[in-house]
Amino acid sequence: MSIWLIPAVILIVLVMATIKRVPAYEVFVEGSKEGIQIAVSLLPFLLGMMVSIAIFQASGAMDAVLSLVKPLTSLFAVPEQILPLALIRPISGTAALSVTTELIRTFGPDSFIGQLASVMQGSTDTTLYIITVYFGAVGIRRMGDALKVGLLADLVGIIASIVIVIILFG
Amino acid sequence: MVNLIWVFLAVSGICYAAFNGTMDKVNEAIFLTIEESVMITLSLAGVLVFWLGLMKIAEEAGLLSGLAKLFKPVVKRIFPDIPENDPALGYILSNMTANMFGLGNAATPMGLKAMKEMKRLSGSDQASRSMITFLAINTSSLTLIPTTVIAIRMKYGSVDPTSIVAATIFATAISTIAALIIDRSFYYLRKKAGRAL
Repeated sequence: MSIWLIPAVILIVLVMATIKRVPAYEVFVEGSKEGIQIAVSLLPFLLGMMVSIAIFQASGAMDAVLSLVKPLTSLFAVPEQILPLALIRPISGTAALSVTTELIRTFGPDSFIGQLASVMQGSTDTTLYIITVYFGAVGIRRMGDALKVGLLADLVGIIASIVIVIILFG
Repeated sequence: MVNLIWVFLAVSGICYAAFNGTMDKVNEAIFLTIEESVMITLSLAGVLVFWLGLMKIAEEAGLLSGLAKLFKPVVKRIFPDIPENDPALGYILSNMTANMFGLGNAATPMGLKAMKEMKRLSGSDQASRSMITFLAINTSSLTLIPTTVIAIRMKYGSVDPTSIVAATIFATAISTIAALIIDRSFYYLRKKAGRAL
């Protein structure tokens, strides 16, 4: 289905523009230029954040933190294997995707942990990346409560996916 | 807060590496990541150039304002401080729609454009109320069809790769509603403390 989605959007936009007598190609080029500008202004923010996360990960500190928190889960009767994913999801999208893949590979996609990892991966997003990219691109320096709101929402999303998967598959 | 997180990640990583002899890996990671971030920016640049061009056409053809008009009752409540027929609303809505269908590539350019329009409205380098709301919605994920996850499940031989779709939609709905409630609570706290935006 999603194979049709993008071409359909392009088709609708171009046909509507022609009907409305918009000089499509000229407008396209004019609008596109802004894309280069945004991409260039994005690089420092993205590079800075990615390097910091990479240092943390490559040093092994991330694994150390994860193993520290592991015993906590036994308190909540949630499989401890899922915890690394819950912790990493808001920080790094690529790391989260590799943890999810690893969990699905190890326990099987249709196991409880496999289902839980799938739902958790799909129902949350990388808060730190989104904030970095969106605020970086327009030069917002004081971000107010954005990070707190985003991280709290992540927490709710993670708890919600655990509860829902227990109800539906548990 | 982001300043602190950023410094913490790098400093604690370097200290940890110093005690655990993983400094070679840290060095390697730094240079690989620098390259990777340039590559990501470049590939993002292509996507941005294409979609912002197309969206400009959609804007001129009146499609974005049409979209904004269609969802006006909902969006007006979520973003009360954006004027009714402002182009920002059109970009916000196209970002949300693209996200719902799992078109992350198309969603980012529209999200960035929406941010730019909201910055034009606020005219400051401080995050405005509607920017924080918009981020809250985005970070809570709006995905209805998690295509990447379905693909991974297929690859590892799931009997029913799409079995998690309903659960994902439920979880997404709950986290998005929660994000909006949390966002609103923080807004009223700010307002009470007299530093409302």
